[in-house]
Amino acid sequence: MRAFVLPTLLVLGLATFPLVAGIVDEPYFLGTISRLIIFAIAAASLNLITGYGGMVSLGQAMFLGIGAYVVGIMAHHGWTNGFLQVAVTLAVSALAAAFVGSIALRAHGIFFIMITLALAQIFYYLSLSSGRYGGEEGLVVIERSQFFSWMDVYSVYQFYAICAAALLICLYVQWRIIKSPFGHVLISCRENEKRARAIGYNTFFYKLMAIVISGMMCGIAGFLLANLSNFATPSYAYWYRSGELLIMVLLGGMGTLIGPVLGAFAFLSLEHWVASHTRYWGLVVGPLLIIVVLSSRGGIMGLIDALAARVRGQRS
Amino acid sequence: MPAVLVEQLLNGFQLGILLFLIAAGLTLIFGVMQFINLAHGSLFMFGAYFSVAFQQLTGTFWLALLLTLGASFLLGLVFELALARRLYDRNHLEQILVTFGVILFANDLVVLIWGFEPQFSGIPDLLNGHVALFGDVGYPAYRIGIIVAGLAVAGALYLFVAHTRIGMLIRAGATNREMVALMGVNIKLIYAVVFGLGAVLAGFAGTLAGPIVSVQAGMGERILILAFVVIVIGGLGSVKGAFLGAMIVGGIDTLGRAFLRDVMDLVMPVAAASQAGPAIASMLTYLIMAVILFFRPQGLLPVKTR
Repeated sequence: MRAFVLPTLLVLGLATFPLVAGIVDEPYFLGTISRLIIFAIAAASLNLITGYGGMVSLGQAMFLGIGAYVVGIMAHHGWTNGFLQVAVTLAVSALAAAFVGSIALRAHGIFFIMITLALAQIFYYLSLSSGRYGGEEGLVVIERSQFFSWMDVYSVYQFYAICAAALLICLYVQWRIIKSPFGHVLISCRENEKRARAIGYNTFFYKLMAIVISGMMCGIAGFLLANLSNFATPSYAYWYRSGELLIMVLLGGMGTLIGPVLGAFAFLSLEHWVASHTRYWGLVVGPLLIIVVLSSRGGIMGLIDALAARVRGQRS
Repeated sequence: MPAVLVEQLLNGFQLGILLFLIAAGLTLIFGVMQFINLAHGSLFMFGAYFSVAFQQLTGTFWLALLLTLGASFLLGLVFELALARRLYDRNHLEQILVTFGVILFANDLVVLIWGFEPQFSGIPDLLNGHVALFGDVGYPAYRIGIIVAGLAVAGALYLFVAHTRIGMLIRAGATNREMVALMGVNIKLIYAVVFGLGAVLAGFAGTLAGPIVSVQAGMGERILILAFVVIVIGGLGSVKGAFLGAMIVGGIDTLGRAFLRDVMDLVMPVAAASQAGPAIASMLTYLIMAVILFFRPQGLLPVKTR
């Protein structure tokens, strides 16, 4: 039953935010939510390889950077067609993911983590030293992506709708993937890769495909992020960001469809709240993170499951 | 050989030594406890800050160095007892996230205590000034001092791990920790010793690096990622591999930054080279790592375990 309740609640929730923003007349609030949604997409993309595929990547933020710089650089040269930009984002992300994956997958476990971290640093330094495209200063997106002539991407409501639609599409695609034979093999790689290989599956190929799909999804998040902030900066791709994405996944619940979305909302809201109260947010967020990781099993989704089980137990 | 090349080679060597001190602890901790410690860079950072604080307190570099090593050891033990110990049996993701939380905490803690401004760490009088390399070319004596001290520590570490009883137990623990525990050895004590040793090495590196880098929050992360590259290239858990990897990374990073642009000037327009040179130089280390791992996924000197 949960399979239907939570997605329905998510769609209802996404539909409620613009109404609330309209009633209280605070469109700025919708921009904040759009940012949460964008990071939810990024966290969900990481969840595909980490939660379902069992591959812990510490370089996922690279794709946020790729998507953002595709928008920034293309706009810089006057190419503002959104469809073209999305296509380029997907292509570049896929190529980068295939490069990272084909090297990182030659090793396992801890090597995989470190290699994804180090290769993501290549992109970080590339963007840092790209003098022509802003370097350390970052690159201003001079014009947002244009999709249709009737669409105004500078309207917070319409941009929110794009973000919400992107999230729902990404989650739907991911749901279809994990329910497909491909997804079953991917999950079997997480559970016991030796057996999967012994049955005859080319696990390298399945894992590489998952990395490519995940990279493309996260590239879209980067694409949206640059449009939201009108800015592309190397810090999008910094490894802190990759670490934060991992936190969101774990906090929400690894290997669950909706979990990373809840994790992203919870983590960013907490971060926002703490940062508005103290300059030293690390002193608060750091220990909280340690406590959450040490004490929780299954994150927010684990809590929801436990609550649901208790309610059901009382009923029967 | 032109003097500038000698100078840059020494710079690369010196960066390699610092990287080795950090990577050695990281790789030992991983080898014995299977624990991946992102906060190892924070131990390096605290080493540098401790050194500055003790210098202000005592007025001498050498006493401050001793006190820093002691404080680093204690910090490592506290970290091990309070946190790391609970993580040895957890998966790598949980280890990463907890130690990531430690980084967030540590970086803001030093800002809270010492402020944003980079701290100044002094150079001991003995190593002030320059050493004549050949002719009229001078090289900072302090950097020579780093190289000598680092090599001495590397040698001592080798003797400790290869020729003492505790070192033998550490190696045994890396090969098969259950068996070591079954033989009646207090494996938890070994863990604590290894962690303390790693913290001392990182603190020592922080003290040495203090005068030549800016001592500020976040300084640990820059070097941490390079140290990861070092141990991945060298082979996880291998101290010898860490030394080899540190020399490779230190050399490539320094020489790339120093000469790549000039080399590229020869083959492409100067304007293009001045654009691409620095970019490629900072990526070079990671690219070389990718190439090495493509041919040897387990690193250059992998450790054989069970």
